[in-house]
Amino acid sequence: MKRFLLAALFFAVLLLIWEALFRAKIWSPVLVPSPRQVAVYLEGAAMDGTLAKATIVTMRRLLIGYIIGLVAGLPLGLLTARWKVWQDTVGTLALGLQGLPSVCWVPLALLWFGQTEAAMLFVVVMGTLWSVVIATETGVRHVPPIYRRAALTMGSKSLHIWFKVILPAALPFIVSGMKQGWAFAWRSLMAAEIFVTILTGFGLGQLLHYGRELSAMEQVIGIMIVIVVIGLLADKIFFSPIEKFLHRRWGTSQA
Amino acid sequence: MHLARRHHSSATEELQVIAPSKLAIEGVSKNFRSASGDVLALDRVSLNVAEAEFVCLVGASGCGKSTLLNIIAGLEKPDSGTVLQDGKPVTGPGRERLVMFQEPALFPWLNVFGNVLFPLKLKPNLTNKDRHDVAKYYLELVGLSRFERANIHELSGGMKQRVSLARALAPNPRMLLMDEPFAALDALTREQLYGDLQQIWKARNKTIVFVTHNVREAACLGDRVIVFSPRPGRIREEFAVDLSRPRDINSVDLAVHATEITKALKSHSQPELATAE
Repeated sequence: MKRFLLAALFFAVLLLIWEALFRAKIWSPVLVPSPRQVAVYLEGAAMDGTLAKATIVTMRRLLIGYIIGLVAGLPLGLLTARWKVWQDTVGTLALGLQGLPSVCWVPLALLWFGQTEAAMLFVVVMGTLWSVVIATETGVRHVPPIYRRAALTMGSKSLHIWFKVILPAALPFIVSGMKQGWAFAWRSLMAAEIFVTILTGFGLGQLLHYGRELSAMEQVIGIMIVIVVIGLLADKIFFSPIEKFLHRRWGTSQA
Repeated sequence: MHLARRHHSSATEELQVIAPSKLAIEGVSKNFRSASGDVLALDRVSLNVAEAEFVCLVGASGCGKSTLLNIIAGLEKPDSGTVLQDGKPVTGPGRERLVMFQEPALFPWLNVFGNVLFPLKLKPNLTNKDRHDVAKYYLELVGLSRFERANIHELSGGMKQRVSLARALAPNPRMLLMDEPFAALDALTREQLYGDLQQIWKARNKTIVFVTHNVREAACLGDRVIVFSPRPGRIREEFAVDLSRPRDINSVDLAVHATEITKALKSHSQPELATAE
């Protein structure tokens, strides 16, 4: 409770500083809207459904792309960890592409797929895939060989070992890879939505983009806040419980 | 006749004390290639272990005793020679010969109960209820019933090895292979485990091959103590320890045996220096 109150206080102070800056009129109100203006925009956007629609469009793209990235990345990571050939080829490729900022995929996606959903998905998948591959491979490589040996003596064999021993043993690495993949996917999708103005759906990134076009700063800031909140919620609802479980089981943290 | 015969064995059947294995090792050699040249880890080692016998292998580090254990386990292949368990050649690892390692090698993603359950899940003819009953029985046997829901990292070193022992016993193997399982524990915990292990060995009637570099430990646990010498790894001498059980590691009689074995160990442990240099 005390922690919650402290956090609440922190954000209240942040709002107050913002309000004070607005009132000091150092910058034009066009550039620095008041918290109230932003709140009014958000309320309006929430009431007329723009916000919900954009959020759904964005989340749908994100989830589909993310899941494709995971489903493809996990087995690729296992393969690169298991066989040298895969490590030298796909592993090296993954390592290289993981370092590529995912926004760099946008021009290529635009030329290949045009202004379509496919372009969006492609960018999100490219953002997710490689970090999942790398994390899975690293995780598998860090599994102490003794686990495998112990499992062998208990009668565990190839596939059973992979699914019941190596995969769970690599889980802490895989989860941090999933988290990183999620962050990359989120970033790349926003970049894609800002650059790709397609008609099949208006995402949060596009709202951001039009906020700029219309010089509607309260919209820009409002949408940015929504994006931040979604990121926080994803962490708190999805990743945080998994990480807590891992920490408790592995004993890696006191929290 | 037996139309109503059950297709799975029950927990009580599973918990029955079964006949222990005998082991025949014939002329086993193993070479390791290392940066400084070939090392003959085992040189034509032969050894017989009788049913329900507790045999300890002692020797300085690098004498090949752990390698021999891994070969018996089926985790490594010998360059030559054979290992027969009950007359059948050992071709790979399997639950007839369960291994306890120096590290507990417990799985941190499972709790204590899940770890003991792990080998039981690999036994196809049991129902889940039977598996649970069997796991509970062995956790009770090693005195850890109260900790079945605990996470591995919450246990002390001694408790971890107890869980490891329960896990090794759970699938009811005919033979246990133990590779310095108590080496990393403090003296007090170890003494307790010596007592418990002797009791469990009697109760469950297992054949045990136990590797250690601790002579007292070997004299305390073994019916027979086999002395190895390093480079090349060879069996040099063996001692029968005919003290009554359960044995106390601090007893004077035991110390007499230990002194004798230590003497032998020392006389054989001068490594034969490589002639190349």
